[in-house]
Amino acid sequence: MISIRNVCKSFGRVQAVRDVSLEIHQGEFFSLLGASGSGKTTLLRMIAGFEPVTSGHIVIDGQRSEDMPPHLRPVNMVFQNYAIFPHLNVRDNIAYGLRRLGIARPRQAAMVDEMLDLIALPSYGDRRANQLSGGQMQRVALARALILKPKVLLLDEPLGALDKQLRDQMQLELRSLQQKLGITFVLVTHDQEEALTLSDRVAVMAEGRVVQVDTPAGLYDTPRNRLVAGFVGNMNFFDGTVRRTGAEALLDVEGLGRMPLNDPVGAFRDGDPAVVALRPEGFTLHPSPPAAAFGVVQGRLQARQYLGGRQLLHIAIEGRTASVTVLRQIARGAEAEQMAEGSPIWLTWPQDALVVLEKE
Amino acid sequence: MAVGGAFGRMNRGLAIYAVAFVAVLYLPILLIPLFSFNAGVYVKFPLEGVTLRWYADLAGRETLHHAFFNSLQVGLVVAIMSTVLAVPAAKAIARYRLPGKRAIVGFIMLPLVVPGLIFGVALLTLLNRFGATMSLATVGIGHVVLCLPFAIATLLPRFEGIDRSMEEASADLGENAWWTFWRITVPTILPGILASLLLTFTISFDEFILAFFLSGTEATLPMYIWSQLRFPQDFPSLLALATLILVFSFVMVFASLRIAGFGRTARREGAI
Amino acid sequence: MSFGGAPAIAPPLPRGRWSGLSGLLHRNEALRGYLLVSPALIVMAAAILMPLATIVMTSFWSVSGYSIDTTLTARNYQAMAEQPMYGVLIGRSLWMAALATVVTVALCYPMAYFVAFHIHRHKALWLIIMTLPFWTSYLLRVFSWKVILGYEGLINTALLGAGLIDQPLTVFLYSQTAVVIVLAHSWAAFALLPIYVSLEKIDRSYVEAAADLGDSPARRFWRIVVPLSLPGVVSAFFLMFIPTVGDYITPAMLGGPDGMMVGNLVQANFGPMNNAPAGAALAIVMIVAISVAGLAFLALTRLVRR
Repeated sequence: MISIRNVCKSFGRVQAVRDVSLEIHQGEFFSLLGASGSGKTTLLRMIAGFEPVTSGHIVIDGQRSEDMPPHLRPVNMVFQNYAIFPHLNVRDNIAYGLRRLGIARPRQAAMVDEMLDLIALPSYGDRRANQLSGGQMQRVALARALILKPKVLLLDEPLGALDKQLRDQMQLELRSLQQKLGITFVLVTHDQEEALTLSDRVAVMAEGRVVQVDTPAGLYDTPRNRLVAGFVGNMNFFDGTVRRTGAEALLDVEGLGRMPLNDPVGAFRDGDPAVVALRPEGFTLHPSPPAAAFGVVQGRLQARQYLGGRQLLHIAIEGRTASVTVLRQIARGAEAEQMAEGSPIWLTWPQDALVVLEKE
Repeated sequence: MAVGGAFGRMNRGLAIYAVAFVAVLYLPILLIPLFSFNAGVYVKFPLEGVTLRWYADLAGRETLHHAFFNSLQVGLVVAIMSTVLAVPAAKAIARYRLPGKRAIVGFIMLPLVVPGLIFGVALLTLLNRFGATMSLATVGIGHVVLCLPFAIATLLPRFEGIDRSMEEASADLGENAWWTFWRITVPTILPGILASLLLTFTISFDEFILAFFLSGTEATLPMYIWSQLRFPQDFPSLLALATLILVFSFVMVFASLRIAGFGRTARREGAI
Repeated sequence: MSFGGAPAIAPPLPRGRWSGLSGLLHRNEALRGYLLVSPALIVMAAAILMPLATIVMTSFWSVSGYSIDTTLTARNYQAMAEQPMYGVLIGRSLWMAALATVVTVALCYPMAYFVAFHIHRHKALWLIIMTLPFWTSYLLRVFSWKVILGYEGLINTALLGAGLIDQPLTVFLYSQTAVVIVLAHSWAAFALLPIYVSLEKIDRSYVEAAADLGDSPARRFWRIVVPLSLPGVVSAFFLMFIPTVGDYITPAMLGGPDGMMVGNLVQANFGPMNNAPAGAALAIVMIVAISVAGLAFLALTRLVRR
């Protein structure tokens, strides 16, 4: 649906987007995830046509579009501040784009009514922008864009201005709307939870580049590098050194010991540094030494944080300066089993929970 | 912050100064209406009684009426032309990343500081070279240039106040630049346009120096006043005329500055 | 433990339809901006730069009889160098304008300070009140001063009435003093606004920080407010000084023979004396003199600030 080819954008000397290539498929909920200044919004604005590309190409629905003015592109956008026209009421806002299409007045009115129903604001047609709440403005902005039946709907941090409760509700509504309409959605967000909850696929951006494009599960389980791993949820990082003898490769990891390294393409050489990542929920805790030959390490409980029904434990292990964080569910009636701070504790982990990150 | 007694005294001193400042600023101008109702021919104290004679006297002056309509005509054309030129220029200055913007703004604001005399004689010389006869049209040319900086300065804060995403949303919804301008930009900057029209009209209506050089045989209202200053017996009637013009100008400019939100945006106008 | 997917093979790139002018305009924001300002710029260039160029050219011509001789000559400038009258006139104009400017800036500063720091409600209204007279007819404002300063004007009648003088004083009307007073009054808004803007921009937390560090009100005024508002004072100086040097209505109406300024002679050359080349040369010299005086002032402020 959208094909972005080697797109670069610079503002004077600042390179906002550097050589980005992406394929966004028909009917997909696609997110651009990154911190502020990562180039995600600039990329979205180039798709919409508000920022011209410095170089590269954008193909939308089979049409080469990088030089097409925004009003001719088959995409519509929901703006971060919603951009509800203040001098028009809700009906006229929603009907704004219909005028160019040569649709008869009665038909227009019917379409607007349909939209007002869709966004569950049927009696709000005569209100003005300043009489709407943030969530209502967001719905009007959605309706105004969707009434034109765009090939692609672009959403620029649409939930950023809403409070937490409303945001969760709107996330669900957005997702179900997208599935109902089957339109390609491209969402820009800095909220990793939002991106992972809503999207079919996510592109993680940093410093103007796309670092990794994957499904939410793929990003979470096999982050490509430290940045993605750290951005998408909590992560323990361990420094290690590669020991290679012929085809067989091993990894010495600080605090965890020696383990086999799966390196089919031979990216690592003997003596290379490598970083291993493990999620806090990847560890299993044992109050006494478990009977496992591989993947056991002894530590000492330093501190604990309560996160609702779960606990985040900070555990010091030998051979590593930073503590390891471990997430565990608090089972009901397991109070007696709670360890005192400073008491010894054993950690085990399944081998496939460990991710070896790409060389940097 | 603790406010000491000295600070309070200073405040009061400043306030008195401010009131005196405003009084001195307005005093000369307020004398004009005062003496326009004076029965005596000579402008001196004490006043000799109240009369509306001088106002009635204005009604019968053909040349005055002619000059008035000349000024009206020039003022309307100048207001429209300078505002029409100023709208796209203000938009570009407020909204586009332009290399050399400072130089462009400086150049446009030039008529504010070039002495009117120099501008007047220079334009006169040029028009003479082209063999143009001085007329209301040449006055209009001078006034448009003089009014442009004011029109742009009035419109700039309005354009800066437009949320960029409003126009982008319009383009995104399928409207081209022309219709976006009419459906989104114009309704938003309408107060600025109105303020610019009022202000430029008043500037042109009151302008004397350029008109002095460029008007030829057709007199504008200030030219008429200038020509009548020689006749002492006409002085009270001129005061009556001046009173009418002052009241008119005050109302127009006050309305314009209020509409434009002058003062609330003074921080940004500091660039001049 | 794998390292992302291999890059997908992209389908071939369709041909672009949006090249040429519309593509160029879409890509080039600056070009669109220049297109929008160009009408205003063209009008300004035609009506300011061309006239100034013409006047420079004219200043090298001369008058013969009733027509203009267009052979280039520096005679106009020579005449000015030879006759001390011109130097005196220009020097006097610069002096009177500078005096009026300094007086106005000094009087306007406390007023601007008052509005910027001590007015909290109706600030916009105060600003409008302070600038309103400026927008009204310059001619009428100068004219109204005649009523005050005249032989039988306000001041003289008041002084006579109080018995302080027996004869009306003539020093007020038709003198340099009269011109300076009226110039200061007429151009006050030009000095007031930039000073106000620079004062208004000062972050109040600086002043509070100085107070917190133990400065008295007077000391924080001198150490914080004055230095930070200096740019506004400098631009006030320029905004007022430049146009007042070239003023000719005020001296013509109130100056008398001693109060004449260079503008009056320029005007006379273009008017009754019918010697446009000489007037043009004088106008050029006036612009140069203003520029030199302005640059000197700028250099002086740099020196003081260092």
